[in-house]
Amino acid sequence: MNIYAYIFRRLLYVIPVILGVCAIIFLIFNVVAPDPALIILGKHATAEQVVEIRQQLGLNKPMLSQYFDIVRSAFTFDFGRSWSTKQEISEMIKAGAVPSATLSFPAFFISTILGISISLLVAFYRGSMFDKVTVVGCVTLMSVSSLAYILFGQWFFAYKLGWFEISGYDYGFPYFIPYILLPAIIWVMLSVGPDVRFYRTIMLDEIYQDYIRTARAKGLSERVILFKHVLKNAMIPIITYVVIQIPFLILGALLLESFFSIPGLGSITLNAINSSDFPVIRAMTVLSAVAYIIFSVITDVLYTLVDPRVRLS
Amino acid sequence: MSSNVQSKSLWRHAFEQLCKDKLALTSLIIVAVYAVVAILVACGVLASDWEKSVGPSYNPPSLEHPFGLDIFGMSVWAKTLKGTEVAMSVGLVTSLISITIGVTLGALAGYFGGKIDEGIVWFYTTFTSIPYIMLVVAIAFILGKGLMTVYLALGLTSWVSLCRLIRGEVMRHKDREYVQAAGAIGGGDMRKLFIHILPNVLHIVIINFSLSFQTAIKSEVILSYLGLGVQGRPSWGIMIDDAKLELARGVWWQLAAATLAMLIVVLAFNILGDALRDALDPKLKGK
Repeated sequence: MNIYAYIFRRLLYVIPVILGVCAIIFLIFNVVAPDPALIILGKHATAEQVVEIRQQLGLNKPMLSQYFDIVRSAFTFDFGRSWSTKQEISEMIKAGAVPSATLSFPAFFISTILGISISLLVAFYRGSMFDKVTVVGCVTLMSVSSLAYILFGQWFFAYKLGWFEISGYDYGFPYFIPYILLPAIIWVMLSVGPDVRFYRTIMLDEIYQDYIRTARAKGLSERVILFKHVLKNAMIPIITYVVIQIPFLILGALLLESFFSIPGLGSITLNAINSSDFPVIRAMTVLSAVAYIIFSVITDVLYTLVDPRVRLS
Repeated sequence: MSSNVQSKSLWRHAFEQLCKDKLALTSLIIVAVYAVVAILVACGVLASDWEKSVGPSYNPPSLEHPFGLDIFGMSVWAKTLKGTEVAMSVGLVTSLISITIGVTLGALAGYFGGKIDEGIVWFYTTFTSIPYIMLVVAIAFILGKGLMTVYLALGLTSWVSLCRLIRGEVMRHKDREYVQAAGAIGGGDMRKLFIHILPNVLHIVIINFSLSFQTAIKSEVILSYLGLGVQGRPSWGIMIDDAKLELARGVWWQLAAATLAMLIVVLAFNILGDALRDALDPKLKGK
């Protein structure tokens, strides 16, 4: 099969997956979830009120058309209005995207660079005390609850020492920087552990390959081997790992945004969860699922383009 | 039976290697201690009086109460012990649910291939496209709050990675000679799959078990913060969540106790998981 046919088929596969995602969302929110009319009106609603609100929310439409509304929203991004704020959800998403991006992209960039650099160092000194201490350190970092990092950081570094803003957000460069500093540092602390472990495994996988033995046998220095051969070949899984994380940046860091009062998509989502605002929760779910699907296609295609060993099947 | 002898030697080899590794052995002991504590708490031997007020509100750590007291004057130490029961049961039940789903679907997909495989792969691709936290919240919405919700929400959402691994491994095994031999003497599909192939991929399940156990313990905290966790009894998640109001008044001991209790057991599971992988994964042997 040639590569274009493969890419075409991979793109076609997006359709059943999107239909499936919408089916799960539909099942959860429109079929098995408790009746939204009762959530909004409370337990003491009269029958007329329930009928009226169901009419307003479009809950009396046939099931199939409710399902197709969700499928349509995955393509048009028209999610209707929020139940609690009555705002257009697509407008809310546009407003929340900027604060989320100003936190998540710098933090993601720094933690990725840091993770790759540390893992290169660790791979260079593999088996040494430094390697062992780093690995145990990473595991320890990963073993602390993310909530504990946030609570302790906010209390100690922002409240007690006053080094950072406790919470809040300001729009525009460079005004947002003081507000994202501490959340970004916590983000890096949270992700550097798993990142270093993952990248280290990849590097070590490459180091034990035959071509590295050949390189060593012909007299290349460890440094040349590491940077010219190992890093270059490890780039394929590294890029895959990085690209597949990007869609998760969309929801931002739910907890970080909510604790530091950053009005991003994560905060919007958590507020929606707290107020049982189904349309917003549904919209965020559809949005991040579509992003995930698109990026996994990109990863797959990149993989086949870059790595000739990947068989197209 | 030769396969029996060989699999025994793999396990014995793994066990010996684990015993040589001091760090892994310590982790195993730590996990065992936590398990014993959880069982004793469940039986009412330990921390049965956690609800009793033993002193003034927010009394700081003292000799008598090493982790201090909370807002109602309850001993934070007793609450931490009580939380161990929740954490260990969440880890265990969640892992069992996800292993059951993951192994069954993965084995069926890998063994039968074709339409069954396509269907299962489609299902988990769809499933992973939805962010984990949204699925957990959605399940909690449907089931209401409580321990059962925590079990199901975490268990039903954490089987995909294991399913993928098992599928790949079963695919690799299904055409091997020993499976053909089992077929030649009249073994059916189910017999070949569950009696012959599955024991040979069991090491993946064990490694995955120790990882999913600690992920579940960590996720319980997030669910508690979202207000979807256990109700009416202490858990580490609820203790950490309480701390968000306490810290401003300088009450740090509840956060410290829950974080420390969690750190130790999660760290132990992490180290154990790595050691198990090194000991059980034949691909890593000799490295």
